[in-house]
Amino acid sequence: MAGKTLYDKLWQSHLVKQRNDGSCLIYIDRHLLHEVTSPQAFSGLRLAGRKPWRTQANLATPDHNVPTTSYERSAGVDGIIDPVSRLQVITLDENCDAFGITEFKMHDQRQGIVHVIGPEQGITLPGMSVVCGDSHTATHGALGALAHGIGTSEVEHVLATQCLIQKKSANMLIQVDGKLGQGVAPKDVVLAIISAIGTAGGTGYAIEFSGQVFTDMSMEGRMTVCNMAIEAGARVGMVAVDQTTIDYVKQRPYAPVGNQWEQALAYWSDLHSDTDAEFDHVVIINGADIEPQVTWGTSPEMVLPVTAKIPNPAMEKDAAKRNGMQRALDYMGLKSDQPITDIRLDRVFIGSCTNSRIEDLRAAAQIVAGRHIAKTLKQALVVPGSGLVKVQAEAEGLDQIFINAGMEWREPGCSMCLAMNADKLGLGEHCASTSNRNFEGRQGFGGRTHLVSPAMAAAAAISGHFVDVRSL
Amino acid sequence: MQAFTRLDGLVVPLDRANIDTDMIIPKQFLKSIKRSGFGPNLFDQLRYLDEGQPDQDCKHRPLNPDFILNQQRYQGAQILLAQGNFGCGSSREHAPWALLDYGIRCVIAPSFADIFYNNCFKNGILPVVLKDKMVNQLFVEVQQYLGYRLTVDLQAGLIKSTTGNEIKFFIDAFYRHCLLNGLDDISLTLEHEDAIKLFEHRHRQRCPWLFDD
Repeated sequence: MAGKTLYDKLWQSHLVKQRNDGSCLIYIDRHLLHEVTSPQAFSGLRLAGRKPWRTQANLATPDHNVPTTSYERSAGVDGIIDPVSRLQVITLDENCDAFGITEFKMHDQRQGIVHVIGPEQGITLPGMSVVCGDSHTATHGALGALAHGIGTSEVEHVLATQCLIQKKSANMLIQVDGKLGQGVAPKDVVLAIISAIGTAGGTGYAIEFSGQVFTDMSMEGRMTVCNMAIEAGARVGMVAVDQTTIDYVKQRPYAPVGNQWEQALAYWSDLHSDTDAEFDHVVIINGADIEPQVTWGTSPEMVLPVTAKIPNPAMEKDAAKRNGMQRALDYMGLKSDQPITDIRLDRVFIGSCTNSRIEDLRAAAQIVAGRHIAKTLKQALVVPGSGLVKVQAEAEGLDQIFINAGMEWREPGCSMCLAMNADKLGLGEHCASTSNRNFEGRQGFGGRTHLVSPAMAAAAAISGHFVDVRSL
Repeated sequence: MQAFTRLDGLVVPLDRANIDTDMIIPKQFLKSIKRSGFGPNLFDQLRYLDEGQPDQDCKHRPLNPDFILNQQRYQGAQILLAQGNFGCGSSREHAPWALLDYGIRCVIAPSFADIFYNNCFKNGILPVVLKDKMVNQLFVEVQQYLGYRLTVDLQAGLIKSTTGNEIKFFIDAFYRHCLLNGLDDISLTLEHEDAIKLFEHRHRQRCPWLFDD
């Protein structure tokens, strides 16, 4: 019999029951909540007269539409200018208070983007099953956890039953061999993966990322890659537990200590695919071939190396794809065969659950140090992923580097990744963004998003157009 | 949840792949704390020429005459015919809420994104996966025939068209059961309360560090 994959092991260790019709109940160890996808779930719970199954399994924080200016933040929740956003944040506070759920409220230094604070606090751990009403929950898979993004009805279901109804996914292995070139970041790795398998390539699969590139990658880098598994269609992305994982988790505030730490270590040592495990689909990529990436269209799969030219739809044989490419070029205001480096930018956004951790900020600051952003740029925003990332960055003087370069240093939140707060693009504006989605209107009505790594975004801010970060 | 058994409905074709949930319902409408009222903002960016705001009366907004949902012949459609990877992106359940509020009860496409697909079943919407070739044939037919309708029979797993086509489709037994009977899946799960408690007890012994309560 073939060995088990990491996903098989995580699945098996959380399987409560397989029903006669094939549907499964999966036990959930950790449920993360935020203000946008939870209010209707709490209403449902109240309407049915139900209570959370295990209050301690839940943790909440407001992130999606909190303001990021210190001016607006200084007055607390009451200071949120947009009344609709304010009501949503207040509703989360009230629901958490009423049901006794721990919440890192807006003024708490531990507040931040839910997928940044989970690993940062040790609230999400290896071997856990983790869910959140947010598609980027796969981020926590970087710890060797089984992490699913879920809808609001499922949020209510998990609150009420501590279980998720699931069908087991198929196993996919994405192995990236060799070494990355200088200037090539985890973000480039995941964009290259999406380019290779397509935006629906992972649909129905749980993806395990492996190979030398991942062995060498930091935990924060692994989080960036797992974060965007959903952009390849997969609900789940994972990396096996190794010494890098253990070193990261140790002494996090919510991590186990003493005897329980030893017990956990023994348990976690099995959280990898067996050498004879069989995958339903295997993709092998050579790490040395990956260049810094830039998306040119309106889907994350519309991505090319920075050295490339905008593709010509006329060269595409498939009619549906050709139409899609043309529509994307029209929306983006780009022409075929134009070099990527010719794309002029209006704004730059460094932040989001993909790229707002300390290593991301360090990578951006290293490029920006001693330089100034281009005069043609309207704005360059740097938004740390959590209050603690902000504190760390300030201790290292990164905030001053950004400010001296003419960038804005903000308070933690999702910010311009999805533009639910005041941080957004104007009509037709081009943005170099470290976020995860370049969908039409994602960052603002008529806004044009180009997804890149933090270093590439920083380099673009300095030049006013895309440049190959390896040439700086 | 409203049960879904059999639907005879007008079909509207949206011939575009990778329709993401940001497109189905843009983020500014996610600030609502309710489950209803999203219908007027379904496909807001495609449907209107201006930028929509929450709590705005959409009756007087400029419509995009090129968008399929705005064409007279498709008014009152209950079945959305779409292309591959429909519902990709954000997990927002506001997307099926908006479709439902508009009046769509069934979406037919060659493939769906996983989270959106799941979310449909929680809201009485039937997502049907058909082969590319079949979907493309339906696109041709719906454009050819004014008032093109389909009858979708979940009990029989069969779609019948105005033109006499019969197409079989498959839905997982659990989803089918819930949808046919309009069942609340929380109640169904709580029927296994003892099994959950037993699992939890063993899990706590095996991984005590996961339980600080």
